[in-house]
Amino acid sequence: MNLTNLQLFLSAAVIAGTPLLFATLGEIITEKAGNLNLGIEGMMLMGAVVGFITAYNQGNPILALIAAFLAGAFGSLIYAFLTVSLRVNHEVSGLALTTFGTGFAGFLGQAYVGKVVPGNVRQAFGNIKIPLLGDIPFIGEILFNKDPMVYLSYIVVIIIGIYLYRTRKGLNLKAIGENPAAADAAGINISLYKYVNILIGGALCGLGGAYLSLIYVPAWQESVVAGRGWIAVALVIFVTWNPYKAIAGAYLFGGLDILGFRLQKFQLNIPQYFLDMLPYAATIIILVIASVKRSKKNLPPQSMGIPYFRENR
Amino acid sequence: MYRIAQKTGVSNKRAALYRLIGIIGALVVSSIFILIAKKNPLQVYTSMINGAFGSYHRIRSIIIKAIPLAITSFGISVAFKLRFWNIGGEGQIMMGAFGAAWVALSFPDLSKPLLLLIMALTGFVFGGLYALIPAFFKGKFNTNETLFTLMMNYIAIKWVTYLQYNAWKDPSGMGFPKIADFSQNAWLPQVFGIHIGWIVTLVLAVVMHIFIKHSKKGYEISVVGESVNTARYAGMNYKKIMLQALFLSGGLCGLAGMIQASGVGRTLSVTTSAGAGFTAIIIAWLSRLSMPVMVVVAFLFGAMVQGGVYIETAYQIPQAVTSIIQGMILFFVLGTEFFIRYKIVPIKKEQEQGGKE
Repeated sequence: MNLTNLQLFLSAAVIAGTPLLFATLGEIITEKAGNLNLGIEGMMLMGAVVGFITAYNQGNPILALIAAFLAGAFGSLIYAFLTVSLRVNHEVSGLALTTFGTGFAGFLGQAYVGKVVPGNVRQAFGNIKIPLLGDIPFIGEILFNKDPMVYLSYIVVIIIGIYLYRTRKGLNLKAIGENPAAADAAGINISLYKYVNILIGGALCGLGGAYLSLIYVPAWQESVVAGRGWIAVALVIFVTWNPYKAIAGAYLFGGLDILGFRLQKFQLNIPQYFLDMLPYAATIIILVIASVKRSKKNLPPQSMGIPYFRENR
Repeated sequence: MYRIAQKTGVSNKRAALYRLIGIIGALVVSSIFILIAKKNPLQVYTSMINGAFGSYHRIRSIIIKAIPLAITSFGISVAFKLRFWNIGGEGQIMMGAFGAAWVALSFPDLSKPLLLLIMALTGFVFGGLYALIPAFFKGKFNTNETLFTLMMNYIAIKWVTYLQYNAWKDPSGMGFPKIADFSQNAWLPQVFGIHIGWIVTLVLAVVMHIFIKHSKKGYEISVVGESVNTARYAGMNYKKIMLQALFLSGGLCGLAGMIQASGVGRTLSVTTSAGAGFTAIIIAWLSRLSMPVMVVVAFLFGAMVQGGVYIETAYQIPQAVTSIIQGMILFFVLGTEFFIRYKIVPIKKEQEQGGKE
């Protein structure tokens, strides 16, 4: 099948957007629990390095993903303990987590700089065409002839969508984010909910990081995450805490991420460095747009960023 | 079962003791990573201290490392006082250095004092203006400043990368991507073998401390930080105060950039900021926004970085271990705040039945 330029571009945008999608989904459920975690960048780095090292030494793709998942969860466990149990300021805890995660990845990864993901792991993460869906003209190739992690991200979107909008637990979670005192009075175990959601959120960030080091690059370099964790924090605002909209938001930013590279062949008179600014500049623009048209419907969870202290009720 | 109650009247001495215990705890936990590298943590810490303080030359390089950390911390903490999360120190340093470099490269023959003065002013103004952009949107639309300032870092770094690799690339660099060195007139003079940035740091520590604690503007910044509503009732112009404070905050970061470019790098490069904007956040927080304390903490952080460089060559332990230790110290010190502010009280059986759950 002959792919058009546009199709190739959109197809690459999906791949570049997938790590953002995992991280954005992770931050959505974290913020729904009322916790602003600015440590995404750090957790993605932790997932990326641990996933890579496991893949490199064990040659097992599944084990690598599990390791990355646990590494992200471990990072968020530190954050959860500080913010939920010890009621520390959310912003500073998240920043500390990013500092720690950066050091963690630099430390463990130093011996692996420039090393490449083993062939069998790369093969395991090769493209698999889904029957029927993959044959849909135009979009089939873009969305349904991808690596298994992309399909995993679709599944996670659907699970989180059902969780947030169709289950009692999801309703409880939103109650905690909006009004923890009322949720507490209704007998919901706030600490447990916060811990579970923050941990799963961190684990998803870990998977997002692993996508970068195992599939997107696929080799180890210290700057593998390159600010994508921060873009994910902004994306959460952009997609108004909605997991389904997160797909579109992540792919839009995936597209911006590769735009500079793709435009090179058109011999434009814009230096590469300015095109590299695009995702960051676009993030600023969406932040401003989101703040200008802040409607009642799209507000962040009411208690976000405020440590909950029952005795202060 | 237990419950958590607020506690009052913890003396400063006791609080400091808690924090010290926290820092020791952080070092103990960080040693896990040294054990992973199959090294003896005690030995590594000892040689880290030796590597940092072992000679006059080493102490001198600690001070050189501490100068940008301290000045950037002053800047960041002005914004933090206001509860404005300025994570953009890195970009503001870069823009300040860019402004200073512009002046230095355009007027290389100006007399030294005049040239340095103009460079410092330009650096301050460029850094300040760069911080004003997010502050303007925060004031106008309440745009999230944490992410805004952070994205501005990446843009500033890409901008300097463009200058270094393209627009300002030194043609006499034999293809090596670097910006031409400043003329000698644009170099900061040295006192006791260290560029005069250290004097600037000490003077700023005093001036900024007085400004925050004892001036009307400083008081206004504190009031707005405590409660925007209180400030409004008192007739203060919230937006104006925020814009002024952020100009000062970014300006100090920009000045740090000028000092780095002029006193250390002798030119502008993508490594001029070297993470000072991020480390300064940790320093400002650990110092509880007190400027004199920041000088001390910045010195200790400089020592830690210096020690990190040393153990990398001595033990082949990646320098990244210093980031781990920094993050860990912050985790622990943040955690100890809990034990300073709260106490855990056991609940007796009969009380518990009347209570919850």
